[in-house]
Amino acid sequence: MNDVVKRSAAEIARDVNAKRISARDVTEAVLARVDEVDDRLGCYLTRLHDLAREQASRVDERVAAGESLPLAGVPLAVKDNMCLSGTRTTAASKILENWIAPYTSTAVQRMLDAGAVPIGKSNLDEFAMGSSCENSALGVTRNPYDLQRVPGGSSGGSAAAVAAFEAAIGMGSDTGGSIREPGAFCNVVGFKPTYGRVSRYGLIAFASSLDQIGPLTRTVEDAALAYDAMAGHDPMDSTSIDRPVEPAAPSLREDLEGLRIGIVKEFVTAKLGAEIDALYKRAYAELAKLGAELVEVSLPTADYGLATYYLIAPAECSSNLARFDGVRYGLRVDGADVGQMYEQTRAAGFGPEVKRRILIGTYALSSGYYDAYYVKAQKARTMSAQDFKKAFEHCDLIAAPAASSPAFEFDSKSDPYSMYMMDYYTIPMSLAGLPALSVPCGYAGTPAMPMGLQLAAPLFEETRLLGAAHAYERATAYAVEGAIAV
Amino acid sequence: MASEKIDVRYVAKLARIALSEDEAERFGKQLGDLLAHVNVLSELETASVPATAQVVESRNVERSDEAGPCLDRETVLSMAPQREGSFFRVPKIIGQP
Repeated sequence: MNDVVKRSAAEIARDVNAKRISARDVTEAVLARVDEVDDRLGCYLTRLHDLAREQASRVDERVAAGESLPLAGVPLAVKDNMCLSGTRTTAASKILENWIAPYTSTAVQRMLDAGAVPIGKSNLDEFAMGSSCENSALGVTRNPYDLQRVPGGSSGGSAAAVAAFEAAIGMGSDTGGSIREPGAFCNVVGFKPTYGRVSRYGLIAFASSLDQIGPLTRTVEDAALAYDAMAGHDPMDSTSIDRPVEPAAPSLREDLEGLRIGIVKEFVTAKLGAEIDALYKRAYAELAKLGAELVEVSLPTADYGLATYYLIAPAECSSNLARFDGVRYGLRVDGADVGQMYEQTRAAGFGPEVKRRILIGTYALSSGYYDAYYVKAQKARTMSAQDFKKAFEHCDLIAAPAASSPAFEFDSKSDPYSMYMMDYYTIPMSLAGLPALSVPCGYAGTPAMPMGLQLAAPLFEETRLLGAAHAYERATAYAVEGAIAV
Repeated sequence: MASEKIDVRYVAKLARIALSEDEAERFGKQLGDLLAHVNVLSELETASVPATAQVVESRNVERSDEAGPCLDRETVLSMAPQREGSFFRVPKIIGQP
């Protein structure tokens, strides 16, 4: 392995801008790394050798012409639910298996404009529905720390690619924890900005009131660089927020003096077993040691988050996925009439988890059940957001687990609800639209697998969040070793 | 928690998804179990709580009704599973329920 693949995005961009190395040489090293390990890991559904080389050459030309690019030559994994013009974009679904995107999503375009080089389209749970990548219809992704275990999901391909040095930045999308949980499982930083901070134009929709794009990286500094490149208003996404983005990269901190960090009373980590309980208690103590004042806060409706989410997200998905009907693009299975064509196309094109969620959502929105399920859940969501508002009167950030266990073995969660439980700690922040991230905080289990500390901030306080996470990372450095199994 | 009994065939019809016998049985049970879990929401007193419409302070967005750049017709039609000239081709619709 060429050691250049281990460098952070910040180091690569600095060196490419200073012409100490070319984007083309960085790209060749990463492509060689992908060819060396990805048959075993399965991070990428599509490798983009030609496009990567073209883009790297373009970056070198721009640098030669005197430009300085914030992500010059940085190898990028793009989750395969984001459109990249001219490349296969599948959402890891058979219904889009051969679909070529005719345009590029705004978030991806901004990364390319900043000089990033797309290495491949990374695996995910089908339509981003899942917590392990096991719901991908198109491939298996393995955890680089233990090949018998899942990488998490749904952004598991991007998380594993970054952990295994097959990219420096992975783009993910998070609806209920789909960036933070795989970040924790693969020992990388997974950052979900405030809802609306990053344009969703060109992101294949799952649950539109929750979906948010964000980066997976090996360092908090890289997460800040990626965020600074991708965030900001986009007229093509009417839900994108029209307010200035304060650059996060210059505001990274080395201590937590003057910050009050809330520990959620209802998140009783003792339920997770003695080892994990001790791990999170140590993480909270590390925050205090850096100067933070720890305060107990309450989220009285935290226990209802999962139920709220598993009505709202499926309801929105049942509506969003109605567009896959075999008419305009994607798979079609013929039938005797148009109704049969729809039903057969969707039966053949969607996997079991996607069908389950469409059915739940359809039921929750159907006549006679709409008020009891969907409206009730939207009211519970209001209560959840109010909980956070009150909690943030007493603290500046909230600390919590990112997932309730380390990465688990394949096929070990046979009951859908036990898989949904993986998102218990990440869903409340998603319901409230808050920025939140997962940062490596140690290892648990046998073999020892990475765990993540989740930090969450009030709406639009990404800079505070990343600043604090940086201080924690610098003081603890649990992620320095990188992936060990390959 | 008692599993709910739901008519999964009816729901699948609404969702336009054909189900095999096996799927109907499995999904029916799994959906019933899930609904039993989500029924914990009935414990929350929500009579005076407004339903969430949005979580950030976004406003309705309008633009002037002017044509802008968009994908050209050939690009769009080239993605179609079946086309005829400049049309998407579909099975007969008129007369269907």
